[in-house]
Amino acid sequence: MAFLRAFGSWLPPRRVSNREIAPLVDATPEWILELTGIEERRYASEEDTVASLGLLAAQDCLEKAGATAADLGMILAASGSTDRFCPGPASQIAAGLGLASTPALDIPVASAGSLIGLALARQLAPAMGRVLVVGAEIMSRRTTLTPQGKNTAILFGDGAGAALIDPETGFARIADSCLYTDGAAAEILYVRDGQFHMDGQAVILQAARKIPRAINELLARNGIAAGEVEAFLLHQANLNLITRVAAAVKAPRERFFTNIARYGNTSSASLLIAADEWRSAQTAPLSGPLVFSAFGAGLNWGALLAFRQ
Amino acid sequence: MEPQARILKVLQKVTGKEITPGADESLFVSGLLDSFALTDFVGGLEEEFGVSIPDSDLSARKFDTISKVESYLASRV
Repeated sequence: MAFLRAFGSWLPPRRVSNREIAPLVDATPEWILELTGIEERRYASEEDTVASLGLLAAQDCLEKAGATAADLGMILAASGSTDRFCPGPASQIAAGLGLASTPALDIPVASAGSLIGLALARQLAPAMGRVLVVGAEIMSRRTTLTPQGKNTAILFGDGAGAALIDPETGFARIADSCLYTDGAAAEILYVRDGQFHMDGQAVILQAARKIPRAINELLARNGIAAGEVEAFLLHQANLNLITRVAAAVKAPRERFFTNIARYGNTSSASLLIAADEWRSAQTAPLSGPLVFSAFGAGLNWGALLAFRQ
Repeated sequence: MEPQARILKVLQKVTGKEITPGADESLFVSGLLDSFALTDFVGGLEEEFGVSIPDSDLSARKFDTISKVESYLASRV
């Protein structure tokens, strides 16, 4: 079995408002807010790396779990924005935690990477022991604050999140998951020559159908009604998209946790940052199932279901 | 009911407006549809015409005008 034991996160301190970037991309702050639901995002400093952000989120997660790095059986690190792809940030995060032999693998998938990490960790934890899943991104280096880069520059921010998956104990048991890939549509969302490229309209169209379908599939095969779910924790891509997903799965919008207004879209980090904030704000034990879902480059998408313990 | 009239019925339901765009008028340029509304439009067309529209066909280009939608649906039957 596999359990959600704790989450963690780290956000760079520099806040970047719509007012700051709007004139650079030939837009207005109001237009950005209306289109995306984003009010501000965080930007990493020049000294930061994807691995250094990921390490801080990992340390926060371990501290919240009351665990140490020596307890880990494996690390999975998701990122679509790392400067160096090989070796990617996983090994640096492990080294930063003081680990010299714990296996640490990269998941180079933007946006859906940490969901993939959670789904893999569910399968790996019984064999490997505690698995630390990290999602870390510096998307601000993959976008340009110019009118030509407006599509992506208004959306993305930097940050990192983490989750500890434990084979023996936790606050929720991961019960089921589904993952999908459709490479035929890879050209609508990709990183090339260091820049993120996105056909926003096509991405919304795909995501607005694929995310609800994945969620509904998990709910149906586990005999759960959408209204029974305590919280939906989604990749924070676009506030309007999340609202659309809520309507499509026929669940109350307020059950969908969102923090995109403050952090923007932090790609693979967003799911775990949202989970950490949601968990930190919880004042009572879980009363119902949790649903995680993400969609991103690949195309990769899916969902994950957890039950209270 | 003719296909174009049925398409218009779906469009009116999705937009919530009693609109009658020309058969070759761009639904996107005119602001009647955006990415989010298009997903509802496609879902409504599937229901109205009893067809399944694959995700690979989810392109604004295919659904930009009522004429294009009619041609697309004819190809799906």
